[in-house]
Amino acid sequence: MHPPPNSTRRQFLGLAGAAAVLGTAPVVTLRPAEATPEMLASAIRNVTGGAAVKTGKVKLDVPPLVENGNTVPLTVSVAHPMAPEDHVSSIHVFNEKNPQPNVANFHLSPHAGRAQVSTRIRLTDSQKVVAIAKLSDGSFWSASVDVVVTLAACTEEVI
Amino acid sequence: MASALINVPAKAKRGDIIEIKTLMSHIMESGYRHKASGEAVPRDIITSFTCHFNGAEIFRADLFPAIAANPFFSFFTTATESGKFEFEWIGDKGFSETASASISVE
Repeated sequence: MHPPPNSTRRQFLGLAGAAAVLGTAPVVTLRPAEATPEMLASAIRNVTGGAAVKTGKVKLDVPPLVENGNTVPLTVSVAHPMAPEDHVSSIHVFNEKNPQPNVANFHLSPHAGRAQVSTRIRLTDSQKVVAIAKLSDGSFWSASVDVVVTLAACTEEVI
Repeated sequence: MASALINVPAKAKRGDIIEIKTLMSHIMESGYRHKASGEAVPRDIITSFTCHFNGAEIFRADLFPAIAANPFFSFFTTATESGKFEFEWIGDKGFSETASASISVE
């Protein structure tokens, strides 16, 4: 009562098939699905129009280590008054390695009282998240955080 | 099918800064996923969220596939008068939902 002689061959073929799938799948699915730093830079340029972006004022709250990239809590707050003549007019969030560099744009009114927005985002990989605030005087301020993601989002297969 | 959860304080004092929280159930299919057969799953996301207070826009968000499923937003506004917040979500495949909440300011 020993296993049929071709069982090892079958296992080998199965493994080889799996290896082939694993070997080719990333080429098919991951290649187009990653924004490059140039895409990030150009997405930021689209918002700022090439204006200088200063570091500061913006606080980007996102956990530095994320277990599940499918829902990552994110809060952006800007230390700036919200007066009609001088306020934060918009907040833009970008990422480095998702298929698209944009995450969200938030348009605020001076009526907000506080320049703070929270949402939940997706991250496909460990990467840098950037938040940029536009003030009513036309200046831009930014903050960035490096996030480590253990379970990626977005590109997994649908069963 | 789609439904919204809105959290707005029922009452506020004039001049208070209040927090508004909203959640809309939606799959937010990124358009970057594939089925086991290799075919791409088409994008189906909410692309825009707006909040009006007594007719004036107080908050607007442009959404991208990087927003997690069931988009949640929290933002602030100053309570100046009693009135109605109106929320609107617009997305792919003709998705359009609205919700509203009232506040009394004294």
